[in-house]
Amino acid sequence: MFSDELEKISWDETTERILSKTDADVRRALAKEHCDVEDFMAMVSPAAEPYLETMARLSRKYTEERFGKTVSMFIPLYITNSCTNSCVYCGFHISNPMRRTILTEEEIENEYKAIKKLAPFENLLIVTGENPAKAGVPYLARALDLAKPYFSNLKIEVMPLKAEEYAELMKHGMNGVICFQETYNKAHYNIYHPRGMKSKFEWRLNGFDRMGQAGVHSIGMGVLIGLEKEWRTDITMMAHHLRYLQKHYWRTKYSVNFPRMRPSENGGFQPNVVMTDRELAQVTFAMRIFDHDVDISYSTREPAAIRDHMATLGVTTMSAESKTEPGGYFTYPQALEQFHVSDERTAVEVEKALKRAGREPVWKDWDASFDLKAFRRA
Amino acid sequence: MKIKVNNKEVETAASSIAALVDELALPAQGVAVAVDNRMVPRAGWADFALAEGMSLVIIKAACGG
Amino acid sequence: MEKLVIAGREFTSRLFLGTGKFNSNELMAQAIKASGTEMVTVAMKRIELDDKDDDMLRHVAGPDIQLLPNTSGVRNAEEAVFAAQMAREAFGTNWLKLEIHPDPRYLLPDSTETLKATEQLVKMGFVVLPYCQADPTLCKHLEEAGAATVMPLGAPIGTNKGLQTRDFLRIIIEQANVPVVVDAGIGAPSHAAEAMEMGASACLVNTAIAVAGDPVAMARAFRQAVEAGRMAYEAGLGLQADSFVAEASSPLTAFLNE
Repeated sequence: MFSDELEKISWDETTERILSKTDADVRRALAKEHCDVEDFMAMVSPAAEPYLETMARLSRKYTEERFGKTVSMFIPLYITNSCTNSCVYCGFHISNPMRRTILTEEEIENEYKAIKKLAPFENLLIVTGENPAKAGVPYLARALDLAKPYFSNLKIEVMPLKAEEYAELMKHGMNGVICFQETYNKAHYNIYHPRGMKSKFEWRLNGFDRMGQAGVHSIGMGVLIGLEKEWRTDITMMAHHLRYLQKHYWRTKYSVNFPRMRPSENGGFQPNVVMTDRELAQVTFAMRIFDHDVDISYSTREPAAIRDHMATLGVTTMSAESKTEPGGYFTYPQALEQFHVSDERTAVEVEKALKRAGREPVWKDWDASFDLKAFRRA
Repeated sequence: MKIKVNNKEVETAASSIAALVDELALPAQGVAVAVDNRMVPRAGWADFALAEGMSLVIIKAACGG
Repeated sequence: MEKLVIAGREFTSRLFLGTGKFNSNELMAQAIKASGTEMVTVAMKRIELDDKDDDMLRHVAGPDIQLLPNTSGVRNAEEAVFAAQMAREAFGTNWLKLEIHPDPRYLLPDSTETLKATEQLVKMGFVVLPYCQADPTLCKHLEEAGAATVMPLGAPIGTNKGLQTRDFLRIIIEQANVPVVVDAGIGAPSHAAEAMEMGASACLVNTAIAVAGDPVAMARAFRQAVEAGRMAYEAGLGLQADSFVAEASSPLTAFLNE
């Protein structure tokens, strides 16, 4: 389990090592075709800032070698905002006096139909809060079953599950799981996640092992930028985690996310640190140079201009026209969002912008034609 | 009695594998014996009675990479 | 240097030696000593009834030496299991270099039979070190079947051509959770050093030492090459990075200044 590995990596020492990386360390990392985590640390360090253009060039080269000039498009659908957690930064916080919704089967299907009218989306991400009693595995299984006629690639972003639960959902057509650790700093984790199941650091962290054991085809990881001041350290821990998972669950494809929290204008949680655009670009390039194959995903949290440019330099997966409230596409277009999106363009507008930038948006890049498990019950 | 050792006919007076190993003056280590394609553990050599027509494989250590 | 651990046993030396093709057992014994190795392969052959040759075992056995019987000569998994049982009895060890090559010409390992035999032998309690193709997927399957190491080839056996499979070895090393021993094809100390610099756990060398002008001196050279390569790997290789200067113009990242 990765929790055993993480115990061996000191947060403070890692921070210190990143901050003491030199110009020579950065140049050595950039010259390598195959970087290790130590090289990654050099590339996200302040010492690498003067090399941003070089890193962009390398990142684009490696990305085009592996992905061609494509960007894979997906759309998230929140099917419930019911949640028993109290994450201090999240709109679905349990003590937030908002109307809670668990979409009915009919409502879910209406959402699917509404999404299909936006653009030819085939990659769907089903998102929930954490309420296993009311919106647990059977509910997810039903949502997956209903999605099959509309979408060819189904991922979920839900609470960490047991290995056998992941395996069960795969039988219902689930192909991938996204789960953000949010932060790898165990000492601070409970400041942000004080109560509920999400307060259990190890249960969440080792969820990725359980996904791997269940044979999930695609695993998405993430660090929420804005929690830990030392975001360089946090992302380095994710790089360690990625390498560990690749070694143990080698049949699985991985994606990484590092969404930035913005200062909130109407009170509420304020991020502890704000990552600049240049820093976001540096991390993105470093991740690509570190791992030529990993999917790097940008959500609509990022502004349109940044997304359009970065799609040519390393980002390979994007959402578009996302609504972060349950039923936001059809049933309840006015409900409270989990977070505010920055890129409010329609999917069609995003598509046009990507094409202008010389990128081909791909709506369907995988399908389960040969996955016997996924179709056994269809 | 006639038996086969590594596909060659051998006339022997040995009544057990242990006696045959003695007779052939094989080294103490690095030797294994199979009868009719089944390995016979060293501990069972003394009790394993040889019979007319049995086919034995006897191997010993050799150089190799 | 970090110690190598295979199936719970620690090795100080990361050079494994094959015992084939030496001019004499005495020369072989001296080469083993000079190499500092702690793991030596041995083969098995059918006895000849009039055979009075010298017992090779007494030249290789020693308190620090792990004997690694091989299954050379078997053509499929079934024969390999039989050979393994004979080897365990003959040498008193459950360690085994599994090699299955049905092809007598190039002695290339048979991947499907090797995997099948590994699965069976692990269940029977053997410590299995399979000689195999430099195939990353196969190596993961062998690892999952319980192999104690994987031993991918650098080049066809006996060719001394070095790491012809380098790109695949790199992937195998990156992905492996068991030690990776580069076996076959290593023809010069520089090849061994290269494998070790890449992060291989150990090298198995035979022909290059046995047929050298002076096998004992060559054994010493390999010992130093393996140590140097490992040390370099642990130290973190520096690369020539002169081409990466900070770029003054920024056509790709100008948008970040807007």
